[in-house]
Amino acid sequence: MFQVCEKKRLNPTVTMMKIKAPLVAKKAEPGQFIILRVDENGERIPLTVADFDRENGTVTIIYQLVGSTTKKLDAVEEGGYIHDFVGPLGRASETEGLKKVAVIGGGVGCAIAYPTAKKLHELGCEVHAIVGFRNKDLVILEDEFKASTSKLVLVTDDGSYGTKGLVTDALKALIESGEQYDEVIAIGPLIMMKFVCKLTKEYGIKTVVSMNPIMVDGTGMCGGCRLTVGGETKFACVDGPDFDGHLVDFDEMMERNRMYGDFERHKYEDTCNLLNKEI
Amino acid sequence: MPNMSLNKNPMPVQDPQIRNKNFSEVALGYTPEQAIDEANRCLNCKTRPCVAGCPVKVAIPDFIAKVREGDFEGAYQIISLSSSLPAVCGRVCPQETQCESKCVRGIKGEPVAIGRLERFVADWHMANSKGEAEKPASNGHKVAVIGAGPSGLTCAGDLAKKGYEVTVFEALHIAGGVLVYGIPEFRLPKAIVQKEVDGLKAMGVEINTNTVIGKTLSVDELFDEGYEAVFIGSGAGLPSFMKIPGENLKGVYSANEFLTRINLMKAYKEDSDTPVMRPKRVAVCGGGNVAMDAARCAKRLGAEKVYIVYRRSEDEMPARREEVEHAKEEDIIFNTLTNPVEIIGDEKKFVAGMKCVKMELGEPDASGRRKPIVIEGSEHVLDVDCVIMAIGTSPNPLIRDTTKGLETNKRGCIITEEETGLTSREGVYAGGDAVTGAATVILAMGAGKNAAAAIDKYISEKQ
Repeated sequence: MFQVCEKKRLNPTVTMMKIKAPLVAKKAEPGQFIILRVDENGERIPLTVADFDRENGTVTIIYQLVGSTTKKLDAVEEGGYIHDFVGPLGRASETEGLKKVAVIGGGVGCAIAYPTAKKLHELGCEVHAIVGFRNKDLVILEDEFKASTSKLVLVTDDGSYGTKGLVTDALKALIESGEQYDEVIAIGPLIMMKFVCKLTKEYGIKTVVSMNPIMVDGTGMCGGCRLTVGGETKFACVDGPDFDGHLVDFDEMMERNRMYGDFERHKYEDTCNLLNKEI
Repeated sequence: MPNMSLNKNPMPVQDPQIRNKNFSEVALGYTPEQAIDEANRCLNCKTRPCVAGCPVKVAIPDFIAKVREGDFEGAYQIISLSSSLPAVCGRVCPQETQCESKCVRGIKGEPVAIGRLERFVADWHMANSKGEAEKPASNGHKVAVIGAGPSGLTCAGDLAKKGYEVTVFEALHIAGGVLVYGIPEFRLPKAIVQKEVDGLKAMGVEINTNTVIGKTLSVDELFDEGYEAVFIGSGAGLPSFMKIPGENLKGVYSANEFLTRINLMKAYKEDSDTPVMRPKRVAVCGGGNVAMDAARCAKRLGAEKVYIVYRRSEDEMPARREEVEHAKEEDIIFNTLTNPVEIIGDEKKFVAGMKCVKMELGEPDASGRRKPIVIEGSEHVLDVDCVIMAIGTSPNPLIRDTTKGLETNKRGCIITEEETGLTSREGVYAGGDAVTGAATVILAMGAGKNAAAAIDKYISEKQ
């Protein structure tokens, strides 16, 4: 059992938790993920490491309430426990030798982009961040990004905060204004990553994306997390989750992530009903 | 008087048309009367050929003699001297190619049903035994075992019996390895695996779940923590695919994923949070035991038609005879001499069919089996909405990538000394699928047993 040491709602649908898991905290690096199970009947879900505190032995996760399992997870309060927590899994993001990078986060994907931005910043790399949200209420980690970047562009779809527009518009503007990046790191919804990659391909800028496919074990056993990269089948859990965005087949990945759409909708309704009853 | 019947006492089983709709165990087990009657078929021959056929060298005629006397606990004590997991072996060992293949009674008629008797004895013990296994006095030496599957549990059990302080590190959330994620409930009830694991815990074996060696901790860190030897029993790895078009469509599973969702995550139960597709028409590609398990699971999830698609003929199938027979009784359709060439998707990228070709057998190939050759113009489409690939695995990279000096072969399997399981690193031993590639539970157990003996020798002589 793993204790929830701290829990904080970041916006109406996104929550941050610090989990006591000293062995995971000791090894975790930006880009890696953990797998958790909320309770005994729970499914195994992967969540990317949002931060870690080696001294206190905690690992931070940030999740969006999207389905049954995140709903159950959100019902665990500070001081409570979750059943299983394993990691760190996957390869760490490559941060060596980068001088100037644009980190792009979309929605809850910012939670994953942040530790990478922070690490690059600590390594002395010049970091520009572009973070995008649907509206003002959904903005997360603004102060954290500010502290780890030399330039932060915040965009919202509806213009209720920051600049109105998409992250791709902001990236294009920066590139057009003469900014030269060694690499772009894009983390967010698949559709966002797809269009960031389309744009950076035009400019010939290497782009790394973090994939979050459906997984079961997360250790290289089930093969459920496979995706096509450069025409080859790769397993996100052991070969990734970071991949060269210009080689990823995003359309296939989007389809694969919809595999259990119907099941998830039903399960979500069941869970909501159950939780409501208990309250 | 020995029982001179040429046939084994048949195993009582659930009716095929009932069992192919539930996940309860297919075989129901002998009654004490049937067990004693079967035990009377054993001639107790002096040469004991059956023992030579057993990878862990169970004293078979001795335990059968106890069964004959009605001393079932005595029989269990004899088996447990050699086997750490008798209730598992009695169910999943391929006895027909091991102990039973050597039985004198098999020369004329059927061999003694050694597997069924082992199962009976183990189940009797579980149901009737009062005393917990005693925890042996510690000898003060710590050994780490990686992986709580058949090889790791066997190694851990043997070392614990000798007084070692054994910690097993398991990546998943429960112990058992392939016994819990791979082999289905209807062949090996998970409660039985749990009881075997509980038995090891009672002997003092500590099991740390949710710990991935190669990620959470490295082999070197285990030595730093005071473990004097490490056994790697990390099991099979990444599933293989055929590299044909359409393998990433929705509705294409590796057998590992399909079985893990059903067995480990209990997706067949209504209250499980883990989804699994409930397909109507399923093609399982492959001819091994895993393919049979996947096909029979698909049937139980409610599929109307389940096909085994295998490129050679039934004679070449690596699956156990008994599994093939059980599958057929459950209305699994065998499309042998058939090879998939493409999986077809619908507009929503779900599986809508599988294009196949017919094969014929030519000259024997490197494996000694006749090589399948494509028959020109035999292309046809199998109407399926789900495809399960059960064509093997390649070793998991996590440990070899993080352990300096650990040599692996071209396929990525850990290289070991055959007798002892010793790897290229001092104090590091390995066994099971991580060494051999996909093989059987009992071979993995044999490797775990040999390694335990070698580790004991290594640590004793080191002092």
